Amino acid sequence: MTELTLSLGIGVLVGSGVWLLLRPRTYQVIVGLSLIAYGVNLFIFSMGRLRSGVPPVLDGSGIVDPAAYTDPVPQALVLTAIVIGFATTALFLVVLLVARGLTGSDHVDGREP
Amino acid sequence: MQLANHLDIAPIILPLVTGAFLLLFDERRHTFKSLVNVASTLGLLVIAWLLVAQADVEGSVASVYLLGNWAAPFGIVLVVDRLSALMLLLTALLANAALVFSLARWHKGGQHFHSLFQFLLMGLNGAFLTGDLFNLFVFFEVLLAASYGLMLHGSGATRVRFGMHYIVVNLGASMLFLIGVSLIYGVTGTLNMADLAVRIPAVAAQDRALLEAGTAILGIAFLTKAGMWPLCFWLPGAYSAAAAPVAAMFSIMTKVGVYAVLRLSPLLLGARAGDSASFGDIGLLTAGLVTMAFGTIGVLASQAMARLASYSVLVSSGTLLAAVGMADAGVTAGALFYLVSSTLTIGALFLLVELVDRSQDPAANILAVTMEAYGDDPEEEEVVEEVGVTLPATLAILGLCFVLCGLLLSGMPPLSGFIGKFALLSAALSTGDDNAISGMAWAFFAVLIISGLFAMVAMLRVGIRTFWAPPIEGVVPRVLIVEFAPIALLLALCVVMTINAGPVMAYVDATSQSLHAPDAYIEGVLSARQVPSPKMEAGQ
Repeated sequence: MTELTLSLGIGVLVGSGVWLLLRPRTYQVIVGLSLIAYGVNLFIFSMGRLRSGVPPVLDGSGIVDPAAYTDPVPQALVLTAIVIGFATTALFLVVLLVARGLTGSDHVDGREP
Repeated sequence: MQLANHLDIAPIILPLVTGAFLLLFDERRHTFKSLVNVASTLGLLVIAWLLVAQADVEGSVASVYLLGNWAAPFGIVLVVDRLSALMLLLTALLANAALVFSLARWHKGGQHFHSLFQFLLMGLNGAFLTGDLFNLFVFFEVLLAASYGLMLHGSGATRVRFGMHYIVVNLGASMLFLIGVSLIYGVTGTLNMADLAVRIPAVAAQDRALLEAGTAILGIAFLTKAGMWPLCFWLPGAYSAAAAPVAAMFSIMTKVGVYAVLRLSPLLLGARAGDSASFGDIGLLTAGLVTMAFGTIGVLASQAMARLASYSVLVSSGTLLAAVGMADAGVTAGALFYLVSSTLTIGALFLLVELVDRSQDPAANILAVTMEAYGDDPEEEEVVEEVGVTLPATLAILGLCFVLCGLLLSGMPPLSGFIGKFALLSAALSTGDDNAISGMAWAFFAVLIISGLFAMVAMLRVGIRTFWAPPIEGVVPRVLIVEFAPIALLLALCVVMTINAGPVMAYVDATSQSLHAPDAYIEGVLSARQVPSPKMEAGQ
């Protein structure tokens, strides 16, 4: 059930993101990119296999049973991807505003078709 | 651990520290910032040269640097082998030329040029050095973030418009990169390139489709950066809108994509990959040929010289991708020679275009407009410009450089462009069994020769219009020595490559052999030993 929910969630996020990315307004493009980034982050997370209620960090006492833990690597990757995605979105937002100021239009080509 | 062992990471640390240091000073101290930047970039050149000398030892395995002193599959590694060292050297050479060119005026065209330039170098060097897929993603983002800033350097509506397209396309490609990397991790459970090469042959049959989908998605991300058709429509606009020194640096950014494909394709999907062996090679070859054809048509159709140079980037990328797709050690060696020569040539051409364009349209001096927008005092600018020494006999010398660029681009003898293309073709025609030349090799032969001819035609046409029969109202541009010197340097390097073709060919041959027989690389990375900590040494 968890798998189905997660797959549907990723699918809906990326699907709407791609649709918005193909729209002609810069604001739609940036929202689309953000949605795709959320979907991709969930996807990376799911590549460590879904386990609920198990810790990713070893407690270091005695013999460790790997089956009792979830994979920490994708979680670390997601953290990195979130930070990078946040920074690039912020940068793109600035460029978007500059383009709006310079061209007087929020169309991605800088002029109305 | 001796200091010399840390040389491997110096190409990342030096630009990082310099770039951050330069952020502390404001834009008025541009002389100081330029000096620091030049010193650092020259330092990178020295480091790259030392690394090439270190890598080019007979029978040596790659030098491996364990970050955080974690052994290979668990920690992130930096690997210096012949290919990385060659790319580092090429980057440093191009960076020095672009930086010196920018000192004439461009570096004052916007904020934080010097810091962004150093961060771009850090990202490029990191991408060439890393031996880990996710770390490659991080360095790609570093170089892209810096390139977004540099792309917009000098401002103006055209730059912002094309810069926006550039950013969106690259953000989309980064998402594909992440999906590809995580799929590969999900199937194999590792991100270390050498460890991946060991584990891919053992992937279960039911997971193989997933693995191949992952590598294909990852490949699309690289190919977008390399400018493969049909993922390249952002490229000509963005490259011709960028400021000249930035565009010259961008000519190596497409090569980062080519580098990633060249590194990963023989390593992960080479002969040892079991059922996945040579997955995607035919696709790469076909797409490369189509890219060459598209670039050639673009070169012929271009009116502006900057667009001509941008489409030449596509032709060069297409040639390299098709050569990688042939998956043959001889062809790869030719491709590496061609890569170095064409990157230097296109870099020189982008710089030259800016100087020549000044004589074409003196009214539209975009830089002057942006100077006003930034509120710089125009009178001060005049004073600064008078300091530089101007070049005598400007048009004749620029024309000569243009002829050299034309010869190099079209691959006419006697310069290095010819040697690169000749090595490619002679190797391509001798692949396959029993001297039977495959249809694809013939197609490659035909497209490469025709693209050279058309490049010559296009360069001739532009040359006649600019130098032979310039418009009557055209003015002779004022060119400073400091602007001309980098172009002369890049073209002189091509001449040096022609004269020393033997040693260079031997180097790229050894590079290509080790790429196609990656056992030494894998062994070197996985057997790299941790450095004992001082505490442990004291205890013994």
